[in-house]
Amino acid sequence: MTNKIWVFIEQFKGAIQPASLEALGAARTLGGGVTALLLGQGIGALAQTVIAHGADEVLVADDATLADFRVEPYAALVAKLAQEHKPAILLAAATTAGRDLSATVAVELNTGVIADVIGLKLVDGKVQAVKPVYAGKLLSDVTFAKDGLQLVTLRPRAFPKPEPDPARTGIVTNVAPMLAEDAISVKVVDYAIEQGQVSLTDAKIIVSGGRGVGGPEGFAPIRELAQTLGGAVGASRAAVDAGWIPYAHQVGQTGKTVSPDLYIAVGISGSIQHQAGMRSSKTIVAINKDPEAPIFKLARYGI
Amino acid sequence: MNIVACVKQTPDSAAKITVENGKVTWDAAPVLNPWDEYTVEEAIRLKEKHGGKVTALCLGPETAKEALKTCIAMGCDEAILLSDPAFEGSDALATAYLLAQAIRKLGAVDLVLCGKQAIDGDTGLVPMALARLLGWSPISYTMYLEVDPVARTLKATRLLEQGKQMVTAKLPAVIGTVKEINEPRYPSFMGIRKASKANIPIWGAADVGADPAKVGIAGSATKWPTIYPPPTREGTVEIIEGTPEEAAAKLVDRLIADKVI
Ligand SMILES: Cc1cc2nc3c(=O)[nH]c(=O)nc-3n(C[C@H](O)[C@H](O)[C@H](O)COP(=O)(O)OP(=O)(O)OC[C@H]3O[C@@H](n4cnc5c(N)ncnc54)[C@H](O)[C@@H]3O)c2cc1C
Ligand SMILES: Nc1ncnc2c1ncn2[C@@H]1O[C@H](COP(=O)(O)O)[C@@H](O)[C@H]1O
Repeated sequence: MTNKIWVFIEQFKGAIQPASLEALGAARTLGGGVTALLLGQGIGALAQTVIAHGADEVLVADDATLADFRVEPYAALVAKLAQEHKPAILLAAATTAGRDLSATVAVELNTGVIADVIGLKLVDGKVQAVKPVYAGKLLSDVTFAKDGLQLVTLRPRAFPKPEPDPARTGIVTNVAPMLAEDAISVKVVDYAIEQGQVSLTDAKIIVSGGRGVGGPEGFAPIRELAQTLGGAVGASRAAVDAGWIPYAHQVGQTGKTVSPDLYIAVGISGSIQHQAGMRSSKTIVAINKDPEAPIFKLARYGI
Repeated sequence: MNIVACVKQTPDSAAKITVENGKVTWDAAPVLNPWDEYTVEEAIRLKEKHGGKVTALCLGPETAKEALKTCIAMGCDEAILLSDPAFEGSDALATAYLLAQAIRKLGAVDLVLCGKQAIDGDTGLVPMALARLLGWSPISYTMYLEVDPVARTLKATRLLEQGKQMVTAKLPAVIGTVKEINEPRYPSFMGIRKASKANIPIWGAADVGADPAKVGIAGSATKWPTIYPPPTREGTVEIIEGTPEEAAAKLVDRLIADKVI
């Protein structure tokens, strides 16, 4: 356990979250060996997947108390392992779990977090990160001012997902949990999971509709196109506020931040708040009847 | 119930933000962080249901009193501004430390509510850091909340990437809210009058017993020396003409040629 670079692997009901694999890829670009932390219940078999994606070592904690991501037992264990082995860097995905974990571990270890990073390099062992601020209207170079663990969360899809190499080998070490169930305040009672939908933040292609689609029925062709392309459906706030599509689909400052390879904006003017959520998309296509709509300033192709 | 709503003052989301010589300015009056409107609304609803009081707590410059006045106008009972030149440059963890110190000073608090994130720094770290510092139940991304002040328990639904998660926990707790939790009210006329007359105390480093090594630039583990505009997107838009069918066919050709699809 001498690796200086650690990656927290997030799994949900046995499925590794894509953004964690992106974090493994980013870790490899920093140089040196990579240790992955894999916590859960009945997840031992995932260690090989983690190694294939770039880990040299996997610390596995397999226990009933860790079945669901809960910040109390997860952070307690991650902090204890970090205290013991003194890694220089811990990367996690900037997901709900990654944000909660990093904030809590930072308190335990009296350090800080650089959150939602889109660019990362190491200079003399010190992290230099780029993170969007003011909803992506500006960027900031962020570094650590003190010694201690450098906690960094990476924005999903900002770093390429590594190709798995099944021939890679690594060491798997089992570790025990820190907290017993009666020391954990939060109990998970149930889930209501949305099935069969592509998650907006992980989507390679997003087709989004705005006020210009004219009504709830305007989303039918949008859904069809998204399905054909294997993508997800997005929306502007105007469409959400009108009740044409649930809020979960909203892209923008008060919705989701996305960075797909292709973003097709249909009947969306491209307000400053909408742009905040989608300006890091690689190729943007705008379909709009108003040639002056601000969305055309971002778009590669317009119709 | 004694409830604290943590709120930040941020630039208006519609403001044009510019940076010059490392200094960030914007062309509109700052506002209550949009995510914190849900926090304040939820705090007031809990008070209306269970009794007690809501204190709005903000760390920021003196001008941030305006955001606290919005909270009072919406229905918060009291407001406190944490402000001291020594606090300047505090990162998310240092901010959480100062909020925790202030909450301890307030005494028997049952519930702290925070927003999902502040739209300037966009870190979303403060709520759970605060929960750990206080040693209270950590409940983030909450879209539904039910509190039993007698049994001192709560039920919450959390909104995750994969869907909804239902949890239970004990009080005291720190709750991070999301937009789905409610529809914030507008300040009432009476509320605005009350806010204009409200006395908002300012607490400095000494008032909350802040360790100077834990606040401000000296107390922050992260620093952001350079802020700059993102690179402008290269290339200008190519408008594709023709009937809808022709334009669609041409667009598909372009996207395939660009290896986008
Ligand atoms: C605090 C705050 C937070 C916000 N957060 C968000 C956010 O997270 N996400 C978000 O999206 N917005 C957000 N907004 C709202 C934002 O300011 C805009 O109101 C919203 O994005 C506009 O949505 P729209 O582009 O669909 O509608 P509009 O601006 O009305 O644009 C509709 C477009 O459709 C075009 N159109 C109409 N008919 C047709 C047609 N037949 N064919 C082709 N084009 C057509 C029009 O030319 C127009 O450009 C926020 C606002 C505030 C104040
Ligand atoms: N300076 C501050 N004063 C009071 N509350 C804050 C402050 N900064 C952050 N918060 C709270 O923490 C939430 C998340 O903010 P952040 O972690 O900065 O993105 C906000 O919605 C507020 O509820």
